[in-house]
Amino acid sequence: MAAKTHIPVEKEYLVNNVLLNESADLPDDVEKFLRYVRRDRVKYPVILVGTGSCGLISGACDTVHEINQYLEEREIKADVTETGCFGFCSMEPLVQVQLPGKARVLFRNVTAEKLPFVLDGMFNSMVPEDMVLGQIRSSSLELWKDVPFIEELPFFSMQYRNLLKNWGRINPLSIEEYIASGGYRPFVKTIRNYTHEEVCDIVEESGLQGRGGGGFLTGKKWKVAHSVMADQRYLICNADESDPGGFANRAMIESDPHRLLEGILIAAYAVGTSSAYIYIRNDYRIAIGRLEKAIEQAREYGLLGHNIYGSGFNIDIIIRKGAGAFVCGEETAMINSIEGKRGMPRPKPPYPAVSGLFGKPTVVNNVETLSNIPMIFENGPDWFRSIGSETARGTKMLVLSGKVVNQGIIEVPMGTRVRELIYDAGGGIPGKKKFKAVQIGGPSGGFITDGNIDVPYDFESLASEGVYMGSGGMVILDEDCCIIDTVKYFMDFIQKESCGKCIPCREGTRRMLEVYENITKRPVDENGHTTLERFKGVMQLESLAGVIKDTSLCGLGQKAPNPVISSLRYFRSEYEEHIFDRECSAGVCKELRLFYIDVDKCTGCTACAPKCPESAIIGTKRHPFFIVEEKCTGCGICYDVCKFSAIYVK
Amino acid sequence: MDDQTSVILARYPRGHRDCLIPILQDIQDEFGYLSEPSVIEVGRYIDMPTGKIYGLATFYNQFRFEPRGRYHIRLCQGTSCHVTGAAGIVSELEKRLKISSGQTTRDGMFSVELVACMGACHLSPLIQVNENYHTRLKQGDIKEIVDSYLEGDE
Repeated sequence: MAAKTHIPVEKEYLVNNVLLNESADLPDDVEKFLRYVRRDRVKYPVILVGTGSCGLISGACDTVHEINQYLEEREIKADVTETGCFGFCSMEPLVQVQLPGKARVLFRNVTAEKLPFVLDGMFNSMVPEDMVLGQIRSSSLELWKDVPFIEELPFFSMQYRNLLKNWGRINPLSIEEYIASGGYRPFVKTIRNYTHEEVCDIVEESGLQGRGGGGFLTGKKWKVAHSVMADQRYLICNADESDPGGFANRAMIESDPHRLLEGILIAAYAVGTSSAYIYIRNDYRIAIGRLEKAIEQAREYGLLGHNIYGSGFNIDIIIRKGAGAFVCGEETAMINSIEGKRGMPRPKPPYPAVSGLFGKPTVVNNVETLSNIPMIFENGPDWFRSIGSETARGTKMLVLSGKVVNQGIIEVPMGTRVRELIYDAGGGIPGKKKFKAVQIGGPSGGFITDGNIDVPYDFESLASEGVYMGSGGMVILDEDCCIIDTVKYFMDFIQKESCGKCIPCREGTRRMLEVYENITKRPVDENGHTTLERFKGVMQLESLAGVIKDTSLCGLGQKAPNPVISSLRYFRSEYEEHIFDRECSAGVCKELRLFYIDVDKCTGCTACAPKCPESAIIGTKRHPFFIVEEKCTGCGICYDVCKFSAIYVK
Repeated sequence: MDDQTSVILARYPRGHRDCLIPILQDIQDEFGYLSEPSVIEVGRYIDMPTGKIYGLATFYNQFRFEPRGRYHIRLCQGTSCHVTGAAGIVSELEKRLKISSGQTTRDGMFSVELVACMGACHLSPLIQVNENYHTRLKQGDIKEIVDSYLEGDE
């Protein structure tokens, strides 16, 4: 249906009038045409549905189906297009409706059942108020009355959407729409006008730092690789994002794959390579599919291949699927994995920029870093420098998740305070619960608590608080979350993912996990060997963390004890409570909790008793029940099923 | 089955070591797991000892050595899922199916895989059964979900 209603675009027209036109402003007639391609102006009603992974899991597929059925039944001609993610995960499935001549309106949580209600309203020029999220401001279109503008919503108002510019607005599977939004022009301009060195200089001048977490100047890295004499060089795009809680890069590929490709092309030109790899996590099936399609389209447009637009520059992009190892996020481990070996890190130096993949100079950049590149060439390095803080330039993509009202992916200038991120963009903690901490940077990261929540979000400031930025995951924890349990979870993850090369990391993290398992276990008896072991372990936790940090080879190992160090720094009282009182005040640690029934609230409905796996709940119908303490294992099933909140944890 | 393996191998005419992981991935996509005969054949093709290939395959989380169940359950283990109670879901599921992650039930009905993060944190905790998602789960829901697949099969 989309093909019939969306404006047809010819390849030659775009190449000759847009890509090869190097003047800053395009002629009026071209610009007018592109406005239709971008859907700034429309001839038919447009319905856009966010079908990133988050949208699809929320049921966007059914919504699209329902839309098509709705339009078919009523014989309405409309342009139904699947876009990427809008960034606002908790509002998915997110549907945008734009009628000819009118501003675009966003609707939240439009499941298949609710869809007819939205469309009935819109086609009768009435905006269904309870489902509307906001409208997009436009100077040339008629605005809706009494509908808020999305940039005024707290979630969007503090954002600086450069990387996310096209998210949810264009069809990720359409190169035409990307070009109409200004895409690939910077690349064509770059290869026709600049030398390799100049490109490196411009990126260095912009102050762009690697977004994978290390914070090394990208331009500098490129220069090193370019200056090494070699018959072949390689560029690897790191899309093996396997931090639990971080999925911004995946959303980037799903929503705007051409932006990443353009970044890779410019980077490849700067480094002087003809062969670039994208190492992407195998689980990202949708992202891989869209990336493959994007590469195919770029090849069709002559943006990939030999002698691109007469510049003499050749490039080919190869997708390599990561086989699922967290350590492969480390650049030398990733290189080993591409070579067909176990993903174990190599000692540095030699740095990959000097001797990397197949022994050749190799630059490894993260998805977000590369996605920043086209903008730098579009708007100039000074523009990029003007965003962000003194020590960190540009913006950063973040993933808000956990116990927070607004969940999703946001983009903010570097140096934004963590408090604003949580309380303004995130909308605070749901259910009037108390904020406990925010976990930043995945398993290698650390905690920020109420005490230092005003820290600016950039590389240096976070490092001074003992937190490593990582890939941009932010998991917010409230009073119902146990820090000890969270650290235990991370140690479990890291000890499973440790590649086993360095003994301190392989054995040390396992011993740490044991310490955490010991202090969250129900005591068998208070005397003897076990108790002694338990205390010994806890006392040695800090020095063990130091040893792992000092003696591991790669970044993963060196940062492995970060959650432990960070939690010991801010949550000593919680440790003491677990160790001395054998209590978990958050009621998370299973073996340390017991459930009780409040006799005043229990109605004797018998919902819980048959569900108890230990048959620990006894009683007679319509009379308060009772939990046998000795039998209770603290699994919490009864707590979940009780409709009267009669079960409490102690 | 050997025929299918050779079809996959033919896609990699160079047969160098850097094709090894893509070959194994293709085999797993085709059969759902890496069987012994297929690994032996790959070893012959790229001239590498089978032991080394197993050494590599067991290093990566992706590769399975048991056939998938009819219903393949993927459990999200992300941080957000963890703080919303994924641990309880895992233990409940393992208890119900009497297998641990990476394994397949004896009747070949279910197999369980733990994944790092599915990227649907706003719906956590969640599991994926074949193409269906079950979101915002509670421990008590697991029995119902497992039963619904068992019933649907009869």
